[in-house]
Amino acid sequence: METMTGQPEANVSLSAVEVQRIKADFEILEHQVNGTDVVYLDSGATSQKPRCVYEAEQHYYENANAAVHRGAHTLAVEATEIYEEARETVAKFIGARTNELVWTSNATEALNLISYSISNASLGRGGDAAARFRIGPGDEILTTEIEHHANLIPWQELAFRTGATLRYVPVSEDGSLRYDLIDELVTEKTKLVAFTHVSNVLGTITDTQRFVDAARKVGALTVLDGCQSVPHLPVDVKALDVDFMAFSGHKMLGPTGIGALYGREELLNAMPPFLTGGSMITVVDMEHAEFLPSPQRFEAGTQRIAQTHGLATAVSYLQEIGMDRIAQWEEHLGAMLFDGLSQIEGVRVFGPSDARRIGTVPFEVIGVHPHDVGQYLDSRGIAVRVGHHCAQPLHRALGVTATTRASTYLYNTEDDIQALLDALGSVREYFGV
Amino acid sequence: MNELDQLYQQVILDHSKRRIGSPLVENTEGLLHGESHQHNPICGDQIRVRVELNDQDHFESMSWEGDGCSISMASASVLSEMLPEMTKEEFLDKLEIFREMMRSKGTFEPDEEVLEDAAAFVGVSKFPARVKCAMLAWVAAEAAMFGANK
Ligand SMILES: Cc1ncc(COP(=O)(O)O)c(C=O)c1O
Repeated sequence: METMTGQPEANVSLSAVEVQRIKADFEILEHQVNGTDVVYLDSGATSQKPRCVYEAEQHYYENANAAVHRGAHTLAVEATEIYEEARETVAKFIGARTNELVWTSNATEALNLISYSISNASLGRGGDAAARFRIGPGDEILTTEIEHHANLIPWQELAFRTGATLRYVPVSEDGSLRYDLIDELVTEKTKLVAFTHVSNVLGTITDTQRFVDAARKVGALTVLDGCQSVPHLPVDVKALDVDFMAFSGHKMLGPTGIGALYGREELLNAMPPFLTGGSMITVVDMEHAEFLPSPQRFEAGTQRIAQTHGLATAVSYLQEIGMDRIAQWEEHLGAMLFDGLSQIEGVRVFGPSDARRIGTVPFEVIGVHPHDVGQYLDSRGIAVRVGHHCAQPLHRALGVTATTRASTYLYNTEDDIQALLDALGSVREYFGV
Repeated sequence: MNELDQLYQQVILDHSKRRIGSPLVENTEGLLHGESHQHNPICGDQIRVRVELNDQDHFESMSWEGDGCSISMASASVLSEMLPEMTKEEFLDKLEIFREMMRSKGTFEPDEEVLEDAAAFVGVSKFPARVKCAMLAWVAAEAAMFGANK
């Protein structure tokens, strides 16, 4: 549907024709794998990149390469501008102020940044200003059983370092979060609540309000893992009302090696740094150093400039299409996946059937190990992920060690889903089950 | 045969279902016993292998318990069938040949006299991501053998 200005209407899903046009921007999707066009259903692991993203990186290296925030020559000024403009673009994309966005290598580093900054505060670094970050014996950190290891192990380690206790919101048999237990689990002892916006295994969208409300009541910090939401849904950190959010560029059409941490301005400016060194200080003598405010405080050392430019280009690409339209298309693909897989004999789908989800669905082919399923699909050019998807506790709760996961993005067509469903119809026969 | 059929030869699919040597058996009095638990962290495959050797350094048995793909389970089954009566040296020689085959990217021409059913795994060497699966039981048996005592 087109409006009078020729612009597609904001609240309408992408059309099949548009998706074909989008797909043409992704060189790699024209590749042949095992004699057929590749059907890429592993965007949950990493997304493919449109031409404009790596061309932007190339353009940067050809025209503006220099170190940022150091030196007065023209190239350094241009590089700094590109770097800071990228920050502005990405910050706006998630509804944050520019100085509330800290560059990191990926979500894993962003989550570790919070974990280690809190440790440092707990050792007394940051003085009185950082008092609210201190945790210790008797305090609790709350996470959930569906987390990616990146949003679990940094909190386990923080608990070990500080003597705090780690607790978690468990899942029901079908993998849905036990929201009914949140009020019981969040108490005056709770200092931090870390949870994912979208499960990277189940594709289900978390009711974040439940966590935020409970945390606010007791003054606990909230940390949202936005790895699987920022690429696929419209995300506004102010509307979500979380204190921190981590995400990775490579899952949202951007380059590898770049991710970000959002933090409320007043929190970031009070928090002691994690990595220290060049580019994050004001005055240094042989005994101590004064630190810059956020975001520079958290960006020690020479930064990833081409990558930030690539990520900002990816974000502009997504914005031009419209996140709400992408989300609708993927909701459609997700439903097609979930329903289609559920109807295949000998295929068992994991996850609640009534939940809102993105285009990510895990399943098992009964009697065939996921590794073998993945291999069979690969022989037909279909790329899916097999294994525990960095979420062993969730798999244990589901009663399996591994699953096969199909995950979509804006460039996936209905034909891609159909190709998967068709191929799965013959897997058990091939393996003699 | 296409590459997938070379990978999943009938011998392999059969062994993955028969699972010779599984489950684990209790230790026999008077023999040397060794056990090893190996993991493939990439896919979560795991296997526990028990071997028994006599005083002349001959294998008496291999038994195992595991969870994994058809390649790793079939490999354990094949090895359990091969191992009895082999000497330590014979096993280490075959392990070296098997390893060389796995590294060959499909160019190795296995001698079925030497490798028996394990020759069927030659197709795996064309799939680098699956070599670990085929090696898992062999590596476990080797570790179990070196750790064996009374
Ligand atoms: C939900 C979730 N959290 C965290 C991560 C970690 O992201 P990265 O490996 O880019 O740091 C991932 C990616 O696999 C993820 O899906």
